[in-house]
Amino acid sequence: MFEYAPAPESRDVVDIKPSYGLFIGGEFADGTGTSLKTVNPASEEVLAEVAVASADDVDRAVRAAREAFGTWSAMPGSERAKYLFRIARIIQERSRELAVLETLDNGKPIRESRDVDLPLVAAHFFYYAGWADKLQHAGYGADPRPLGVAGQVIPWNFPLLMLAWKIAPALAAGNTVVLKPAETTPLTALLFAEICRQADLPPGVVNIVTGAGETGAALVNHPDVNKVAFTGSTEVGRLIGRSVAGTDKKVTLELGGKAANIVFDDAALDQAVEGIVNGIFFNQGHVCCAGSRLLVQESIAEELLDALKRRLGTLRLGDPLDKNTDIGAINSAAQLAKIRELSDLGEAEGAERWSPVCPLPDKGFWFPPTIFTGVAQSHRIAREEVFGPVLSVLTFRTPAEAVEKANNTPFGLSAGVWTEKGSRILWMADRLRAGVVWANTFNKFDPTSPFGGYKESGYGREGGRHGLEAYLDV
Amino acid sequence: MSKAERPGGREPVRLAVRKTYKLYIGGAFPRSESGRSYVVTSSKGEFLANASKASRKDARDAVSAARKAFGGWSGATPYNRGQILYRVAEMLESRRAQFVAELTDAGTRKAGEVVDAAVDRLVWYAGWADKIAAVAGSTNPVAGPYFNVSSPEPTGVVAVVAPDEPLLGLVSVIAPVIVTGNTCVVIAGERAPLPAITLAEVLATSDLPGGVVNILTGSVKEIAPWLAAHMDVNAIDLTGVTDPDLAVACEEGAAENLKRVLRPAATDWSADPGTKRLTVFLETKTVWHPTGV
Repeated sequence: MFEYAPAPESRDVVDIKPSYGLFIGGEFADGTGTSLKTVNPASEEVLAEVAVASADDVDRAVRAAREAFGTWSAMPGSERAKYLFRIARIIQERSRELAVLETLDNGKPIRESRDVDLPLVAAHFFYYAGWADKLQHAGYGADPRPLGVAGQVIPWNFPLLMLAWKIAPALAAGNTVVLKPAETTPLTALLFAEICRQADLPPGVVNIVTGAGETGAALVNHPDVNKVAFTGSTEVGRLIGRSVAGTDKKVTLELGGKAANIVFDDAALDQAVEGIVNGIFFNQGHVCCAGSRLLVQESIAEELLDALKRRLGTLRLGDPLDKNTDIGAINSAAQLAKIRELSDLGEAEGAERWSPVCPLPDKGFWFPPTIFTGVAQSHRIAREEVFGPVLSVLTFRTPAEAVEKANNTPFGLSAGVWTEKGSRILWMADRLRAGVVWANTFNKFDPTSPFGGYKESGYGREGGRHGLEAYLDV
Repeated sequence: MSKAERPGGREPVRLAVRKTYKLYIGGAFPRSESGRSYVVTSSKGEFLANASKASRKDARDAVSAARKAFGGWSGATPYNRGQILYRVAEMLESRRAQFVAELTDAGTRKAGEVVDAAVDRLVWYAGWADKIAAVAGSTNPVAGPYFNVSSPEPTGVVAVVAPDEPLLGLVSVIAPVIVTGNTCVVIAGERAPLPAITLAEVLATSDLPGGVVNILTGSVKEIAPWLAAHMDVNAIDLTGVTDPDLAVACEEGAAENLKRVLRPAATDWSADPGTKRLTVFLETKTVWHPTGV
């Protein structure tokens, strides 16, 4: 294994204020709740104090959005487009700053925030900007109308990217938004608020309210919200499903997953190993579509696992700001506790646990890349979303058995297939009950490509022409 | 009752053979396992029949049948599904007189026109079978060396609370669900369920595989919440739920496994239906593959 000298990205490009307020009606305002602290999960250093929006604050934000809706929705699509193009450009201009801030607040490696998150964020705004003046050609009728005020609640795993997935299509379609970032990762959303000001976006079109679950509930349940968009856990998705019952609110939910990554005996093994690593260790496994169940054909199981273990030995875990880091910090103490609990359960239920030799930093929240072999379908690590760098390995003999095991889950967000045989790819893709099937690749995203789940992974799609439907009255 | 049934009439007496209206589950016509029935009367209050009053167990049996039928039906070619739906239209047309009589009993005005509209509605949806994927799918120009395509797929088992429009409304909620490959469990309109069972006889003679459509008669209030909360049902159409409290309870129950929910809405069944009922019970699957040599 090579030795690398430290190569940290400079954090001088970011200027974190000691405290942040709420962004309502184009202005930053204090929240009335008790503020919370957001920490760098790699060091446990407090980065900033962030306001907590009470129900009253949420109400003010919704009213600001409602007030802005009239002019924003009446504005020619070509003008709305130009605002979104402008935002996309400013994101590109300030992308290093946003990437470093994301890594500080979230703990993900700078290589990922810089090379994956930020390019996708800019691309998403650029893509939906182009739809704003073409809605009548999108297949949703001659004059599709926006819904009104969108209440959007996003998770902490891809804070700015999830913001982009929510805000870009909403604005393009003519809605105004109130968005709540996750309580552990609010900083890039607040910097985005500043970007809205730089872009001269009309006040109230985008409102950012920070806080935890109570703030989110106040937003989702606000009677003047017309559209609810949520990305997060299936548990909260269920709560939202119940709370909108009997209302006219349109809802899209992007929830948990337990994706099968299926490797056949004829797969290109080295590429499959890279795909498995990318599938479960990208972003510390904090990915709803992570390939957390490896289904490997029995005849190559040993060979594949040996190669996989060799590869894990070369992964570099540590300072997320270091440009050579592969695995960063777990986002929060709470998430680390959950990963530990489920991993301990995996052992207790009889699966065999393996991690490479991997010294963990003293401060911060860390978990080594972990593989469980000898996993049964009934084990909790094979059924529940760990949302961490933990891979469960199962085997199969026939394609039909692979399909049956892959689909044996309440989730249905994504799946992977590795084989050189084209007809088998198509046969498998046809039978896998999942919203995204990656064949001979994994964890690829693009603004033009619809994303979203089957079954308990939620409903609605984000991205592409399909993603517009969630924000139009159709 | 026809004249011939009346004792003491002048015509030679021949007692008509009445039909027992039963449930339609898995392609068979069972009575309710509960042994219950309820009296169905005409719009004038005359006795028409004792319809089966389905129970929770019947609803569960119907879900099992629908799940069992899903693989084959969703895996059939769209052309084949279109042919079968068109066959349903043919069979319905051939029973026109019977449906006119039943609808007239149920108080439907211009029953002949309504039956014609129901036949035409089936023909319209039959034609969608091999077209919806071209309209709702896409190839996506991703920024990288990948082939990327999105196609619609049926969501699975759909529970349908049919509206109180005994034939046209019923056909208008069943056809869009099944033409894309879903299977369904339908609760017929409570007031006038007889045309629904006669429709089941049409379905049973149309090459439609058993279990694709299952029809229950009975109390909507009693059965709908079980279907709404059933963990092996993927979606629910609440169109026929008229009680707002029941609609809320069903939507809350549906949240347990994140069912796709179509909320109740007043609908003009004679109007152009559009594609909403087709697309609301579809998933979008996106497949990526690298390009290269």
